Amino acid sequence: MAVGGRALSFPARIARSEAALPLGLLAPTIVFLALLILIPAAQAILLSFQAVEGTIGLEAYRRMVSDVAFADSVKNTLLLLVLVVPIQLVLALAMALLIHSRFPGHGAFLYVFALPLAISDLAAGIVWLAIFSDQGYLNTALTAVGLVQQPIAFLSYERLDLLLATVVVAETWRATAIVLVILLAGLQVIPREYFEAADVFGATRLRRTLLVVLPLLRPSIQSALIIRTIFAFQTFAVVLALAGRQLPVLAYEAYDWYYNNRNEAIAAAFAALILALTITVTFFYLRLLRVREAEAQR
Amino acid sequence: MRHVRLALAFTLAGALIGAACAPAAGPSPTPAPTGPAATGAPTPAATISSEPFVLLSTQFNTVTESEAVRSQILSGFTAAKVDFRGEQAGPWVDRIKAEATAGKGTVGVVGGLHGDFGAVDRALFEDLTPLVNKLKDRGFPKEFLDLGKLGGNTQVYIPWVQATYILGINKQALQYLPSGVNVDNMTYTQLTEWCKNIAEKTGQKRCGFPAGPMSLLHRFIQGYLYPSYTGGLVTTYKSADAVKMWEDFKTLWQYVNPQSLQIDFMQEALLSGQVWVGFDHVARLVNAFKEKPNDFVGAPAPKGPKGLYYMSVLAGLAIPKSSPNKSGAEAFIDYMTTVATQAKTLSAVAFFPVLAAAMPAELAPHLKIEADAVQKQSKSADAKVALLPIGLGAKGGEFNKVQLDTFQQVVIRGQPIADVLNAQAAILQAVMTAANAPCWSPDPPSTGPCQVK
Repeated sequence: MAVGGRALSFPARIARSEAALPLGLLAPTIVFLALLILIPAAQAILLSFQAVEGTIGLEAYRRMVSDVAFADSVKNTLLLLVLVVPIQLVLALAMALLIHSRFPGHGAFLYVFALPLAISDLAAGIVWLAIFSDQGYLNTALTAVGLVQQPIAFLSYERLDLLLATVVVAETWRATAIVLVILLAGLQVIPREYFEAADVFGATRLRRTLLVVLPLLRPSIQSALIIRTIFAFQTFAVVLALAGRQLPVLAYEAYDWYYNNRNEAIAAAFAALILALTITVTFFYLRLLRVREAEAQR
Repeated sequence: MRHVRLALAFTLAGALIGAACAPAAGPSPTPAPTGPAATGAPTPAATISSEPFVLLSTQFNTVTESEAVRSQILSGFTAAKVDFRGEQAGPWVDRIKAEATAGKGTVGVVGGLHGDFGAVDRALFEDLTPLVNKLKDRGFPKEFLDLGKLGGNTQVYIPWVQATYILGINKQALQYLPSGVNVDNMTYTQLTEWCKNIAEKTGQKRCGFPAGPMSLLHRFIQGYLYPSYTGGLVTTYKSADAVKMWEDFKTLWQYVNPQSLQIDFMQEALLSGQVWVGFDHVARLVNAFKEKPNDFVGAPAPKGPKGLYYMSVLAGLAIPKSSPNKSGAEAFIDYMTTVATQAKTLSAVAFFPVLAAAMPAELAPHLKIEADAVQKQSKSADAKVALLPIGLGAKGGEFNKVQLDTFQQVVIRGQPIADVLNAQAAILQAVMTAANAPCWSPDPPSTGPCQVK
């Protein structure tokens, strides 16, 4: 019956019309992505091979790799990724669980935690600059309570470890909220029956979190990690405000080569490198945290 | 009552119909604008279009500066509505190119530094030679007009404003001045002693150089440090004098506030008290002098073994070929270079006039601090002018990067000076050769691209 030629035509038409709707709904996004992401990305990659006018070659990549700041910018970008993303994930998870426990006044916490979302990168960087500078709030407070005699130079090139730490703190503050929002949304769609079942079997809060919540939250964790990692490769304004040129990162180098040094090809080469790294890490996450079909459909 | 109303209605209707018919009813007694009566000498008012346009400028692009330009300077120009847009150098170039490619634009006049103009093909700008001839009685200095030709025969831009770099000094620092040192006539070695003294006596490094990512540190290296020690810039880039210069500057840097690497505008560091002795562009010091005129003094830049070299910064105005209102643009440049507007520009944004006659006799306190220091600098017995880079075109950014990278490697990372200079000199030579740029002052003139010796 099911394989009969004519018998299928009616359901097939429905299937076609059912496919037409999602495709139609996706179309604006596809057009948007093509016009504003795919085509410019292709143009940028092409540009990175055109360092010498009228020729196609690897000159831009050769100069990128031999640049004095190249090795440091790769190192710092990866270092920030490795330091910031896990801290953010743990913090955001704790914050999401706290809000999800629905204690009295949890709504106010959500607003406070989500506040950095509304602040632009550069503004956040400048706020933290006002905190960490020699005459900043932190040093003023430390001096006032007598903990230090002289201001601590947090933002000195002589102490790159402290400088890196300030950037980690500022980045964590600024971008944990986005992870929190994704994880909280994930938590809220977990059916309460699972928690009730865990309670019936006498699971402690810790066991419930580890054995019930975390596995069910895996799709959200995956999305949050991918989004955060993509953003981490683009980290720019906070580093710029706090560390200037002392902590070169890839996105700053791309900006610097485009705006200050006026060499589009080398800027495009840096952008292509960021793209390649992002794709590699995203692929890695997708493999590592593979979401089973059933989980994805939950 | 009803009759009165009817009568009024008829009168009104009649008047409206009459008015509507009047132009068509008979030939107009007024001569057509194209008629013989219009061919006489054109009055300026009759030939300036009132089409609004944008003034796109790399200067005055901070919020307070833009506001001052709009409310104090542009408001005086009434022939056409001018919209001021401050922009970074990169997008500034892109927009000029984009409007030229599109064949039409909204940008009527562009304002930029001498170096900004170098990054754009001169063919995209109107030849302003006729305009500069018309304005020749304004008294523009000849060297400024020559710079405005960008090494060609025609006038690309008209000089607009100028500036230079000086030291801003908190008066508290003066008590630590080593005996026998005069702030108005100081060597780099003496500055080092002073900074060392301040650091040792107060426990804090309070000398500053603007070395943040948006700073003008490259100009300090190009126009002050290198020429004062080596008498040149490109030709002497890896000379023995240059090695000595970097050694001395490294010594000085031991007493420089380490947060200098985040400082883009020295005025903020001076006002917060983080820096007591700071070098910067006059427009990046002026707020300190403005907010606390009694706390600060200005002083000329220090001098080196080859004298006191200082850089004169020049900004100009040009008309892109895609300008929507060329007559308005010319009238606007005319307005911007009058003595009155130039004087107004000084008080609004602290850039100095290009016309000597525009310097007012009575200056506001903050401008007086700057003007005194600038004057002492240019009148100093061994003062010599270093020019902004000329003829580098789009390579200007990579040229600046050579000095910034050298600073970063030598002073911050402490790499061996001779090795760094050799490596950077090779990059510098590649830039000069690619730009095909001959030497400019302080280097001696060259035929062909300037060569590192």
